[in-house]
Amino acid sequence: MSKVFEVPLYPYQRSPDQDAATPVRHTVVVVGAGPVGLALAIDLAMQDVPVVVVDENDKVSWGSRAICFAKRPLEILDRLGCGDPMVDKGVVWNLGKVYFDERQVFGFNLLPEEGHKRPAFINLQQYYLEQFLVDRVRELQAEGKPIELRGGSKVLDVSQHDSGAELTIGTPDGPYQISADWVVACDGAASPIRTLLGLEFTGRVFEDNFLIADVVMEADFPTERWFWFDPPFNRGQSALLHKQPDNVWRIDFQLGWDIDREKELKPENIDRRLRAMLGDEISYQLEWSSIYTFQCRRMDRFREGRVLFAGDSAHQVSPFGARGANSGLQDADNLAWKLKLIVDGKSPLTLLDSYDVERVHGADENILNSSRSTDFITPKSEISRIFRDAVLDLSERYEATRPMVNSGRLSVPCTYDGSPLNGPDCAVMPERTRPGSPMVDAPVPGGWLFDRLGSAFHLLTIDAETPEPLPEYGVGCKRLALSTADDPDGYLKQRYLGDAVSGVYLVRPDQHVAARWEAFDEAAVTAALGKAMGR
Amino acid sequence: MTSLNTKANIKAPDEFYAELLAVHEGLSKAESDALNARLILLLANHIGDRQVLSEALQAAARKE
Ligand SMILES: Cc1cc2nc3c(=O)[nH]c(=O)nc-3n(C[C@H](O)[C@H](O)[C@H](O)COP(=O)(O)OP(=O)(O)OC[C@H]3O[C@@H](n4cnc5c(N)ncnc54)[C@H](O)[C@@H]3O)c2cc1C
Repeated sequence: MSKVFEVPLYPYQRSPDQDAATPVRHTVVVVGAGPVGLALAIDLAMQDVPVVVVDENDKVSWGSRAICFAKRPLEILDRLGCGDPMVDKGVVWNLGKVYFDERQVFGFNLLPEEGHKRPAFINLQQYYLEQFLVDRVRELQAEGKPIELRGGSKVLDVSQHDSGAELTIGTPDGPYQISADWVVACDGAASPIRTLLGLEFTGRVFEDNFLIADVVMEADFPTERWFWFDPPFNRGQSALLHKQPDNVWRIDFQLGWDIDREKELKPENIDRRLRAMLGDEISYQLEWSSIYTFQCRRMDRFREGRVLFAGDSAHQVSPFGARGANSGLQDADNLAWKLKLIVDGKSPLTLLDSYDVERVHGADENILNSSRSTDFITPKSEISRIFRDAVLDLSERYEATRPMVNSGRLSVPCTYDGSPLNGPDCAVMPERTRPGSPMVDAPVPGGWLFDRLGSAFHLLTIDAETPEPLPEYGVGCKRLALSTADDPDGYLKQRYLGDAVSGVYLVRPDQHVAARWEAFDEAAVTAALGKAMGR
Repeated sequence: MTSLNTKANIKAPDEFYAELLAVHEGLSKAESDALNARLILLLANHIGDRQVLSEALQAAARKE
């Protein structure tokens, strides 16, 4: 049976654009059908913004690549109408074990916070994520939404001017031209668009190599994440074992800098490593293997005129903490509604500068976190190794240093503190839902808070009076009225009210808080909405 | 907010000093380095107060 990632999912088909006398103009062209490009296109199409996705390939990601998807991206995927297949297929885990040298030093339980629809995260192969996204594209097409996915279509050239961009697309039938009002480059870490426009991608290279082996095996290891520091089977290095659906296990060996790639990738070498780690008696099938090095870097700006960058094209992080695809999905989430407002003529182009401000902030946070993990996993100096080993040593006997053990910090969404779109805050309300924060899920009558928020601006009121009916403020702003009377476990109060007796939250279409007050005030809401729309 | 106590605070200082040297007795340089690192981490955790820890780090790093 062939693997999901071997089957062409969106094979090349000739487009009428190729026979047009002059280049056909499109509203938004997304370059790259990876997780980020697909999610963005789905978001736009659901909001009736016409979008064409081009990808040089015609299949989902080769091999698993990303395997951990955190809660916030799952909530975004829910909003895009495809969270369920991901979570149904994914593996949920909470337990982890840390080994140092020859012994287990401690185990942990992530104990996810109660009162959320989605788990802290799931493990799912990137190819499944992409496959479910492509399924969603097909579903939207069947509903007549304006979304096109062109495989075997490689961007060969791009140029831009004040009102748009021109693209040359290479196909098996030869190249053709299209125009676009907006181009979003979701073309991965090696981004040809970035190179074609001569833009910089700067940061830090980590001198290290990691061998990934995804193996299919019937093993009775529990569904836990096991991480080894300096184990006997990989001296001086680290290793990781993590479960994916379909009995696929991700095994990651740190190799160090001076290695012979070809030799390391030979099946007999991988086999030797696997048996040293898991025992001679294992039987398995190698699904995918690869050696990667990594870098932490980003572009100076994520917007360059009519071209926007999202996902790995804009920023790259080390894999520890699973932040690549997770943060890319948040880029898409941040960008889609802004493009929608601009395409509809409701916001000035400068709204897009807030995409740059907010997501650069997110990228810096991710780069910081993943660099710290890397420095713990691969100490860069003698003293750094001494402290790292001391932390691990102590954590066997004492709880004290366990929080310092850093084998990757769980990806959490960032709060856009200081964003130009943020409106007033209310000091007596909880810090975690201050303006700029992502909303926090909570059980509400009949389901979950997130299921009641779509892709529109919302005015969420908790025990607060407003005039009826509330205006839509020209952007389809919806009201969601909730009450602490229907909040038996107190989540709403705890997450949204704090010491306030009532609350009014202006929520952006990407489910971040724009502003909040204790009581409704027409003029204040109008002003905050204008600000959140970049006016 | 508490700040770093740089006044003399340990009773019987000679005894403490001797005890500090005693735990290092017979250790190689690498073992001593590791012990010191563990000691710093345990003490830092006991203090906990981030302000005090930062002040201690700065005070220790200062060279005149
Ligand atoms: C070993 C490994 C483990 C990882 N683990 C995790 C994890 O657990 N969690 C996580 O969140 N992230 C993880 N990541 C990172 C994750 O895989 C990436 O961040 C993610 O794939 C980025 O998505 P993207 O859509 O930006 O780019 P990509 O997935 O790279 O997609 C880019 C697309 O652009 C297309 N393209 C490129 N050039 C052109 C062109 N000229 N014309 C047309 N199309 C073009 C490509 O064909 C490709 O489909 C991991 C990565 C690796 C390597």
